[in-house]
Amino acid sequence: MTFRKYLVLAGVTVFATAGDSMLSHGMKQTGNISLDHLQGVILAVLNPWVAVGIVLLLAFFASYMNALSWADLTYVLPATSLGYVLLALVAKFALHEQVSPLRWLGIALISGGVGFVAGGPALTAHSEDERARSKSPLLAKEARNGAPMSDAAHASDDVRAVSSGVQR
Amino acid sequence: MKSAYIWGGILVVMFASVVGDVLLARAMKQVGDVHELWRRAGLWAVFSHVLGNPNFFLGVAAMAASFFSLLFALSWGEVSLVGPAAASLTFIGNAFAAKIFLHEKVDQRRWFAAILVAAGVVLLAG
Repeated sequence: MTFRKYLVLAGVTVFATAGDSMLSHGMKQTGNISLDHLQGVILAVLNPWVAVGIVLLLAFFASYMNALSWADLTYVLPATSLGYVLLALVAKFALHEQVSPLRWLGIALISGGVGFVAGGPALTAHSEDERARSKSPLLAKEARNGAPMSDAAHASDDVRAVSSGVQR
Repeated sequence: MKSAYIWGGILVVMFASVVGDVLLARAMKQVGDVHELWRRAGLWAVFSHVLGNPNFFLGVAAMAASFFSLLFALSWGEVSLVGPAAASLTFIGNAFAAKIFLHEKVDQRRWFAAILVAAGVVLLAG
């Protein structure tokens, strides 16, 4: 994993959280939209909170697609859930709201889940086609950067699969 | 009877969003590493590869379907049930779908993570 890739994953988390929050704040100002009054949608988009929220969600989508281009879906998805943790931390430390023990437990579970996945390889090397591609020097370099740092994970089969894909 | 509708709605939301995630992930794997593509062929090539991929559009359509079915499900059930239930079931569903359709190596580490995250989402959003 390069620093740039961590930035992309951070973008996935932050843009999704900020976008959702702004959208929901703006929608509370504009009020309900019903199928009978679809012109309400236009009014909603004119609300600055909603407009900025939409731009942020587009940025989220771009980072999400970027991440999916070099990492497994099951690697990227836990990162998206970090947004819930971020929201709770903002509620606690910026808005000084009460965060219940059950919510702290939720934060611990999500963070633990993300930590588990982050300790493993980002991308499964499985097809002949991909092994052939990783022969190209540029891609091999990327794949090497993508391999996790040395820890217990180094012994796992996945890492061996990834690195053997690189060496072949 | 009403709860059957609500859970049916939740399952539709989950199904559509899993289909969307899998299609988008497949599209981006077909495009390949965008950093590498950008360096090699420029930003324009990234856009044309992504927007020229049929799976990308099917994925976006499935995501839109999931969004609108979420709106319907929310009009039937409580936000505090529908939101977390749909979100956390999607994590579990995606782990299965990624293994079956994307042939990702979902090892114990990732199963465990999917379950922890799903449980955490329920606790946080509930």
